[in-house]
Amino acid sequence: MNASRLRWAIPAAVVPVLVLLAYGFRTDPREIPSPLLGRPAAAFSLTTFEGAPLSLEGLRGQVVMLNFWASWCIPACYDEAPALERTWRAYKDKGVMVVGINVQDKEAAALEFLRRFEHSFPNAPDPRGQVLVDYGVYGVPETFFIDRKGRVRFKHVGALTDEIARRQLDALLEEPS
Amino acid sequence: MTRGFASAAAAVMLVTVVGWAAAAPPPAAIKVDEQTVHEVASQLRCVVCQNLSVADSPSETARQMRAIVRERLAAGDSPEQVLAYFVEKYGIWILLSPPKSGFTLLVWVVPFVGLGIGLVLVAVVVRRWSRRPQGAPPSQLDPAVRERIRREMSEMDHS
Repeated sequence: MNASRLRWAIPAAVVPVLVLLAYGFRTDPREIPSPLLGRPAAAFSLTTFEGAPLSLEGLRGQVVMLNFWASWCIPACYDEAPALERTWRAYKDKGVMVVGINVQDKEAAALEFLRRFEHSFPNAPDPRGQVLVDYGVYGVPETFFIDRKGRVRFKHVGALTDEIARRQLDALLEEPS
Repeated sequence: MTRGFASAAAAVMLVTVVGWAAAAPPPAAIKVDEQTVHEVASQLRCVVCQNLSVADSPSETARQMRAIVRERLAAGDSPEQVLAYFVEKYGIWILLSPPKSGFTLLVWVVPFVGLGIGLVLVAVVVRRWSRRPQGAPPSQLDPAVRERIRREMSEMDHS
């Protein structure tokens, strides 16, 4: 019948689908914005591997870098481990606390990991995964930056680098306490 | 010396008891039906496998999430409150079925709207096609060609 009408009808049907697919295939399905940004960080109360109590409440007033890790998380947790210790050493006298939360791990393997990378900041296991879910963690490693008022301000997914840690910590330290 | 030892022993005992009490799961105020746990968990997306529910995934994370669901139900939360807790932490992504309200309502409505538009379109086109033969112009075939077709067809019939 009307070939001229069919001529625009086919692109009109096909082009939006192609655009949608082009957009969909370029986005990373794992990159989901955390609803926690800007909100108060969930309180936790754990015991470090050394037996000391560790709670977020006790760190109020400090900038906190909270890192979720596991000894089975290869290679990302191993890649970022030296940067974590370097960051801790560079910032521990500036009002920053670095805290490691060890998830879904075996204690011996976790301790071996800490020994290997000479981590000197507090690390605590989260045996029931309560802190993991409270922070909406998808996988390890993930690192949360918490400001002095106890709000989650930034979340980094994947291996942390010195640069990212420095940038976030410097920004949070500059804010009035 | 003996007193010191006794008080040390008492302290150790106290620490042990307190430690044990802290490690023990909170007392279940409400008896939790495993069916309810399963129903809630089956609405949650497993965060490490994406296309499985927390009820179906064998992953450690899913196992811990099921335990948290059970614990929250035991503490008196309704299934809706438990789901709301997970949404608060992970966003609506955690729900396998997007909510039937707000922006995600589109996900539920658009396919049916599309289907409706498609059906109307098909109906219109079919009606047009079925009306056309009445007004079809007579064949413009050349009489010579027509004669040739007739001849060849009759030859076929006789062969």
